[in-house]
Amino acid sequence: MTNSEDPILSIQNLHKTYSDGFEALKDINLDISKGEIIALLGPNGAGKTTLISIICGIVRPTSGKVTVCGYDIIRDFRKTRSIIGLVPQELTTDSFETVWSTITFSRGLYGKPPNTQHIEKVLRELSLWDRKDSMIMTLSGGMKRRLMIAKALSHEPEVLFLDEPTAGVDVSLRQDMWEIVSELKQSGVTIILTTHYIDEAEEIADRVGIINDGELILVEEKHTLMRKLGKKQLILELSQPLALIPGSLASFELELSADGNQLVYTFDTQAERTGITSLLDDLKESGIAFRDLDTTQSTLEEIFVNLVSDAPVGQGGPQ
Amino acid sequence: MNLHGVLAIYKFEMARTSRTLVQSIVAPVITTSLYFIVFGAAIGSRIQQVEGVSYGAFIVPGLIMLNLLTHSISNASFGIYFPKFVGTIYEVLSAPVSTMEVVLGYVGSAATKSLILGIIILFTAAFFVDLQIAHPFVMLFFLVSTAASFSLLGFIIGIWADNFEKLSVVPMLLVTPLIFLGGSFYSIDMLPPLWQTISLFNPVLYLVSGFRWSFYEIADVNVGVSMLCIILFMAACLSVVFWIFKTGYKLRT
Repeated sequence: MTNSEDPILSIQNLHKTYSDGFEALKDINLDISKGEIIALLGPNGAGKTTLISIICGIVRPTSGKVTVCGYDIIRDFRKTRSIIGLVPQELTTDSFETVWSTITFSRGLYGKPPNTQHIEKVLRELSLWDRKDSMIMTLSGGMKRRLMIAKALSHEPEVLFLDEPTAGVDVSLRQDMWEIVSELKQSGVTIILTTHYIDEAEEIADRVGIINDGELILVEEKHTLMRKLGKKQLILELSQPLALIPGSLASFELELSADGNQLVYTFDTQAERTGITSLLDDLKESGIAFRDLDTTQSTLEEIFVNLVSDAPVGQGGPQ
Repeated sequence: MNLHGVLAIYKFEMARTSRTLVQSIVAPVITTSLYFIVFGAAIGSRIQQVEGVSYGAFIVPGLIMLNLLTHSISNASFGIYFPKFVGTIYEVLSAPVSTMEVVLGYVGSAATKSLILGIIILFTAAFFVDLQIAHPFVMLFFLVSTAASFSLLGFIIGIWADNFEKLSVVPMLLVTPLIFLGGSFYSIDMLPPLWQTISLFNPVLYLVSGFRWSFYEIADVNVGVSMLCIILFMAACLSVVFWIFKTGYKLRT
């Protein structure tokens, strides 16, 4: 049905308005390639979960079209849903079931014949094999989170949705999750994750999409995004404290630290001229010496905060 | 058809029963035995035969129907309400299963459990009274169709309910009175003419009457009417279930 160049997931003009009139999604367009990891960032209530829920069949779209491997999610729901695995945000499990039985249930539900080897492989990969006969209620929060992933992987999906996979988990478990995601990517699974942890997207995603108020305001390759929108700062540690910035340096719009020991110059990495050479020349002419210098780049978090507070943004745009 | 999906739901629900064996099987059997002791032995000994059948034997079909109806509703309503309550319903909604397959899984397991219970009660009754089954296939028809149709009703209630009170309000305030007033423990010939007419508006009367006919060939209403009644009821429940999945009522927003 599709060739390798076609997107594995294609969303076109997707709208969702709930019965109470709330417009959760506004004209979402997005193509996702096979094997990539895309992180959807956005504040609470931005529409991330609604978007995932529509693709997985839990929420009905108001209008628009979504295809998975070229199959329509409504007309060919059996095909698309068997390709998709979903790890929801909430830890919703049957407390009185065992790990083994709940995963066997998930595999069967998705139309796959029993395959104990595959389930064993998934459980071992997620460090749950030793707990296969344990009741779910006896598992720790981290184990339950891994169990949710195991359930979603039980039917060997090609596309995996992770809705806030690390919400409320400790630092070491977050690292574990990132490793799991990275291993899944290596095995060829396409991963769409939602998060509001920016460092998570920065760490593991190939592309980042930013959703705010139901609109996909930007989708960009992570490094391109940071290069495009990230500002760099040159920090100069002065040899002697400065009381005021000399008038000759006014054009650089420098910032002086409160103690007068640090000068900060913010520049655009995309600009034809960064102005660094001129600044250093002018500093020398003004007799201002410095003993050290450093540069810092905006984090994805700063980019994100800027974007959602200034939305809509002209740069980038949905792909 | 996603047969693995249907079987997954069916087995999951059946396994849930095996974990609550006392509540699902032992409790109804004890309750029924108590009915026989009280109505059959204690009170029944003072009641004359009803249309040639001892009172203890007369109430057996009614008692089986009472259990079949209440447990079909509670099994199916709880089966679908619980995943909604704890949130695991997301998995069923996002799985490649059709309406019919979901219904087959949940309603099939609820009806199976009720049927098993009905048969156990039948055997329990045989210890207390002298039973005869004149038309076993007709009895089986009523047993299966009642279990299936009231499991469908339970499924509808489970989807409609958004709290535990709603879950129990229909069985307690509607179904139980209908069962008790539907001739489970008496023939409507024993009632004054006005109440006989009113009883004819009670759908459960037709089930109990038809079911009792399959045992002793005595009935309050024609057995053909009873059969038509249960078929119409099942068709109505199926239509509502299809409407629910078509519109996503209380399931998909």
